[in-house]
Amino acid sequence: MLKDLFSKLNKKVNETNRNDGTFENSESIMTKCPNCKKILYSKELYKRLNVCTNCEHHLPITAPDRMEALMDEGTVKPILENITSANPLNFPNYEAKLNKDREKTGLNEAVICAEGTIDDTPAVVAIMDSRFRMGSMGSAVGEKLARTFEYATERRLPVIVFTASGGARMQEGIISLMQMAKVSVAIERHNQAGLLYIAYMTNPTTGGVSASFASVGDINLAERGALIGFAGRRVIEETIKEKLPDDFQTAEFLLKHGQLDEVVNRRDMKNYLGRILKLHSGV
Amino acid sequence: MTMAFEFEKPIYELEDKIGELEKYAAKNKLDLTKEISFLEKKVNDKKDEVYSNLTPWQRVEIARYAKRPTTLEYIEEIFEDFIEFFGDRVHSDDAAIVGGIASYHGTPVTVIGHQRGRDTKGNIHRNFGMAHPDGYRKALRLMKQADKFNRPVICFIDTKGAYPGKAAEERGQSESIARNLVEMAGLKVPVISIVIGEGGSGGALALGVCNRLLMLENATYSVISPEGAASILFKDASLKEIAAESLKITAADLKSFGIADEVIMEPKGGAHNDREAVISSLDEAVKRHLDELQSMDGQTLMDDRYDKYMNIGVFTEQS
Repeated sequence: MLKDLFSKLNKKVNETNRNDGTFENSESIMTKCPNCKKILYSKELYKRLNVCTNCEHHLPITAPDRMEALMDEGTVKPILENITSANPLNFPNYEAKLNKDREKTGLNEAVICAEGTIDDTPAVVAIMDSRFRMGSMGSAVGEKLARTFEYATERRLPVIVFTASGGARMQEGIISLMQMAKVSVAIERHNQAGLLYIAYMTNPTTGGVSASFASVGDINLAERGALIGFAGRRVIEETIKEKLPDDFQTAEFLLKHGQLDEVVNRRDMKNYLGRILKLHSGV
Repeated sequence: MTMAFEFEKPIYELEDKIGELEKYAAKNKLDLTKEISFLEKKVNDKKDEVYSNLTPWQRVEIARYAKRPTTLEYIEEIFEDFIEFFGDRVHSDDAAIVGGIASYHGTPVTVIGHQRGRDTKGNIHRNFGMAHPDGYRKALRLMKQADKFNRPVICFIDTKGAYPGKAAEERGQSESIARNLVEMAGLKVPVISIVIGEGGSGGALALGVCNRLLMLENATYSVISPEGAASILFKDASLKEIAAESLKITAADLKSFGIADEVIMEPKGGAHNDREAVISSLDEAVKRHLDELQSMDGQTLMDDRYDKYMNIGVFTEQS
């Protein structure tokens, strides 16, 4: 019995140690914090939105779990659910990979979108999920995000986008790069209508997603400890032949360099966003 | 002409043979006109065969070729009275991007482009055309200025990508590119972007949210370099030729996706073989598109850009 628990525990440790921002939602009773190594009750950790009780380290959270934690109960109305990826370049193995991630995550794409209220203020929210193709942006993700902004512009609502992405989805080649432009034109129309956009960067936000909608909120926020950057650490180290500091490209590093309005603890997420939304509710 | 690329070897071998025959004929006072003209025909056939069947990777090689005309050459030849402006007003002047104002067939315009070096020294000065945030912010400053004075914006794209460096990240490489994308979406003046060499990912797109995207025949535009894609997707950088094929990065591919609006034909074998010809074709195409765009008002131009990008994407939607 005890042995059972620990074999599960070991499995969980391996999973949560993966640094690509993905994790498996295992049924194990205990979870080891990858940062402070303290062994935690999974149930309690889940109640705390996967924030370590001991060191406040942020473990990954799924997009559906975040949506549930953020929005007022009973107000969530999912939108744009039926848009999914095709294989425009007939890229080898792409469909198989999509299907595998659909099975693994129960999601049909790397972003979910919904309308609802946060502490009684209406908003349209898009949340990316890094378990699905590393949260990469292909046509479907680009279309859903662009239409999220259109949807909000038509209804004069604020938008919050939680980013979690390795960047553009390479299997869709140049079409994926153009999604950066597509989401940008929709953001600009929303902006010109005088509406609020909050970009909320979570772990990881890199590449083409970092270099487009993630960085151009009226307010740019990031989650504690999140990896955020344009180029990968290894690429930069190889280019400049220099070792980078440990905190390079963390949310805290970006805050220090003036790239963010604030770094937020996930447990304060709802309250913090609710306050900002309220101050904009006359818009 | 000297051989630029390995795939041109069969052509140059034939041309060498002709040279030898001519020398031999002159030395021995022989009439080999027939033989020589036969070989000349063979050279032409070979050129047609090689240049009309270029693989995507061969086009990448042409697009990156050191002797290929760069932004400043096009600016000097096509525009009059170019006045270059410098600096982002925040941190520095980034020589990887050039820009300024000029007269284009009598119309004042703002011109901006990535600038590669023409040799090693130039490449060090230009950082190989790979910009820092300072470069994108200079570009944006000039675009906003163009918007204020109602000048069309013409951008030349020629970059491997945004520079992956420590200082670039610290100063907000991501934000500088992202900012350009949304601000370009909101410009009330015509924007034409022309990919003249390599269009490398976000660093290229930062000058590329436009009303009309033109591409030179051998230019490429990609989300990632073929080498990068090969090492990430196929775990083997030597598969770059296959990656170049799979990624669909040629001007013809982009035209077929509706991303590029026109492909500007190049002289046989590439723009470097006949600079005058490519400059005049590019000028003709830009002029034609600009004439069309200049009849639109600010809102129509923004809507046109909106529609252009909202229509790009291939996905499934169940009702």
